[in-house]
Amino acid sequence: MKFVHSPLLSQPLPAWRARLLLLGLLSGFLTLVGWSLYLQGFNSSFLQEKGASRYSRVIEVSATRGRIMDRHGDVLAVSTPVKSVWAIPEDAKLQPAQARSLAALLEMDARELTRKLNSEREFVFLKRQIAPPVAEKIAALDLPGIHEQREYRRYYPAAEMIAHMLGFTGAEDVGQEGIELAFQDTLAGKPGSRRVIKDRRGQIVEDVESIKPPQEGKDVVLALDAKIQYLAFANLRQALVDHKAKAGGVVVLDAKTGEVLALVNLPTYNPNNRVRLAGAQLRNRALTDTFEPGSTMKPFTAALALEKGKYRSDTMIQTAPGTLTIGNATIHDAHMHGLLTVAQVIQKSSNVGAAKMALSMPPEEMWRMFDSLGFGTPLKLGFPGEVGGRLRPAKSWHPIEQATMAYGHGISVTLIQLAHAYLAFARDGDLLPLSLIKVETPPLLGKPVFSAQTAHEVRAMLELAVLPGGTAPKAQVSGYRVAGKTGTAHKLDGGSYANKYVASFVGFAPASDPRLIVAVMIDEPSAGIYYGGDVAAPVFSRVMGGSLRALGVAPDATTSLQVAKDTTSIIRESM
Amino acid sequence: MLRLNLILLLLLVVSAIGTVSANHKARKMFIDLEREQARMRELEVEWGQLQLEQSTWANHARVEQIARSRLHMKSPGSGQVISIDTAKAAGN
Repeated sequence: MKFVHSPLLSQPLPAWRARLLLLGLLSGFLTLVGWSLYLQGFNSSFLQEKGASRYSRVIEVSATRGRIMDRHGDVLAVSTPVKSVWAIPEDAKLQPAQARSLAALLEMDARELTRKLNSEREFVFLKRQIAPPVAEKIAALDLPGIHEQREYRRYYPAAEMIAHMLGFTGAEDVGQEGIELAFQDTLAGKPGSRRVIKDRRGQIVEDVESIKPPQEGKDVVLALDAKIQYLAFANLRQALVDHKAKAGGVVVLDAKTGEVLALVNLPTYNPNNRVRLAGAQLRNRALTDTFEPGSTMKPFTAALALEKGKYRSDTMIQTAPGTLTIGNATIHDAHMHGLLTVAQVIQKSSNVGAAKMALSMPPEEMWRMFDSLGFGTPLKLGFPGEVGGRLRPAKSWHPIEQATMAYGHGISVTLIQLAHAYLAFARDGDLLPLSLIKVETPPLLGKPVFSAQTAHEVRAMLELAVLPGGTAPKAQVSGYRVAGKTGTAHKLDGGSYANKYVASFVGFAPASDPRLIVAVMIDEPSAGIYYGGDVAAPVFSRVMGGSLRALGVAPDATTSLQVAKDTTSIIRESM
Repeated sequence: MLRLNLILLLLLVVSAIGTVSANHKARKMFIDLEREQARMRELEVEWGQLQLEQSTWANHARVEQIARSRLHMKSPGSGQVISIDTAKAAGN
């Protein structure tokens, strides 16, 4: 019997059966549509992320910190990669033999290593900043729970010579002192990141996107001249040994540009190895420590007196009997001089003469001059802890204070402020702002403080001070005309003047057209002699002489030099 | 009609193979690029280390020490310096 003739077919089926089937198919279909809508529409970003995480990776692109160089391009600070070894103590279950070999590679005591590995913390640094070859050997040991991370370490090839100027960075490569801190934003590199596709061997096969491009740190080119810095460092260190002094500083400025060519502080430290660092070594004294400058302030008093037209450089001042009593205080001169011209007051460094000039002027005028010379306000070079020194408002001055300020007591300055103020004499009475970084186009004219006429006259007086008969013949430099002023100040110790001294010398050369300013300060020379002319002036002479020769500045005092009459014979001889 | 379809199919296959090979080549070149960039970074590190070394050897303190002790040099004292008039020297 054929199927089509089956009697079952002719039997009517209930209609609900067909409908039930249709409903079943329809609901199944709707479920599929709904599910795909859910996956594609509502949940797609989550799913795509999950997918991407199977093959794409975000990797960090490191950036190096910029270098610091001197004006000739010699590297003073450079970062190079090192490794730090860290551990997850919970995972680091080492065999004794493994621990021993790890300790040997880390150059650590095995017991200390065990103590670190048994600590309760989740993360512990075993040793930071080790050399890459050693790190490779440790990685080759393949120890559980021991990991390595790439870091940068900063090296300072000049070591203690430029320590205060450069400062240093911490373990995280962030500047903590000096230039490293002041120029942190410029020097610091910003690490970037990018998304890549890696194959199963871990090789990058495709660059998907650069999320954040890395920014390499920029190099900083300082105004500093490493050779001059070395001259200043070596000579100051010798002077400190010779005179058994506690501390000292030297600042060298370029009078044409306002650049800081050298800045030395002693005692110093080695920035490459900062294990035992005391506060005294870290102090950037030339910027953060003030002292009473003493007689190095007298030229400013004289300049103001000339400027106001009350005195000329040959005006006579009576300094006999070598003392001057104001109220119940008395000012003394080291030697009795009698009748002196203004120029001689500077040359012989007479306190009485300077005080008499000061008392002829209103306090406000003196204050205004000190203020425009930059005393009392920090120079704002960007260094941490820079101070401005003490300059009280003119209204509170008593006559005795005005008189002592004329020769540098009752006012305090930093060495760099003092050197900066002498720019006014080395230039034509104007002050340039100081610069730590190399200046390409120096400003022609700074802020005027004195007239050019006054500056020239004071310069002539300062030249007298280093000639025989002045206070500092030891400051002379053969071949060059030098001008400068000594300072020997009693140190304030707990509010009263003690038998401790600060010897200083500030000067410039060549006097015919000043190029360099050198300021020397020596704190508590205690080997018997303490006069600025005997302690600080010789340092000045050596630093100045060496620097002028290093810069190739033409000699302007040919009288003390033999001049070749027949240049061809010399050239022939030297061949 | 059938022939056109066959031609299109052939073109499709050729273009698909081309895409695959281009992609493969791009990846290979990319890996090369990555390798060269890694080399560049390594060389930069090495350059930094060499600069460091140069600075250490050329340290002024070291140069002076060698000049004085090994080469027995000293700075000329007064009377040992003869100045040359550059203007006159240039004229000769």
